[in-house]
Amino acid sequence: MGKPTRVTNRIRALRFEAGEMTQAELADRLGVTRQTVIAIEQGKYSPTLETAFQIARVFGVPLDDVFGYPKDK
Amino acid sequence: MPFEEKMTWVALVVAIAVPIWYFATMLGRLQTTAAADINFQTPLIVAVVASVVLTVIGAIVMSIATSVTSVARGRKPEDDIDRKDERDKTIGRRGDLVGYYVASAGMVGVLILTMLEADYFWIAGALYLSFVVAMVVSSIVKLVAYHRGF
Repeated sequence: MGKPTRVTNRIRALRFEAGEMTQAELADRLGVTRQTVIAIEQGKYSPTLETAFQIARVFGVPLDDVFGYPKDK
Repeated sequence: MPFEEKMTWVALVVAIAVPIWYFATMLGRLQTTAAADINFQTPLIVAVVASVVLTVIGAIVMSIATSVTSVARGRKPEDDIDRKDERDKTIGRRGDLVGYYVASAGMVGVLILTMLEADYFWIAGALYLSFVVAMVVSSIVKLVAYHRGF
């Protein structure tokens, strides 16, 4: 089965670059469950715009550096 | 597993187990008694109360189990039990909406039974079945959303 969303993300890479931040640490900083962070990373769930901005803020990067959306072919 | 997903499993198990007991009891009585003469009221009240009590017990058991695993991981229990995030809420709304449609469809069946002037036994049974099926379908939709994504 394909992924339910076309939104891509670099959260895993950003966590690695941020001193190998764990999914639980990121979840605690966002106030969401660890399973939600996992679902976002795996492209199974698109977060709300507010949470998306919070994720970008945690890593100190613009939103575009966290999330992407493929162009139509 | 998020705490809300654990509670969905509790709801699903209760929504299946209790009605099985109720409908098995009613089927047994139907063998020997006419539908109009069956005392369905007491078992139905017992079933509804049992559902509430079992759900509360399930919540307590899940809370204790979650607290134990949280402490074992060096986390505060309230961080895992109290945390209901946007994904939990969205999944909850999706499941509840599907459950509403199922219950509504069931109500059509109940209306037809009343128009046919069926015995109270059948009307009560159909009403209870509608709510139960709605609860089961709603829980399954939520669990699928938790695992497959949306």
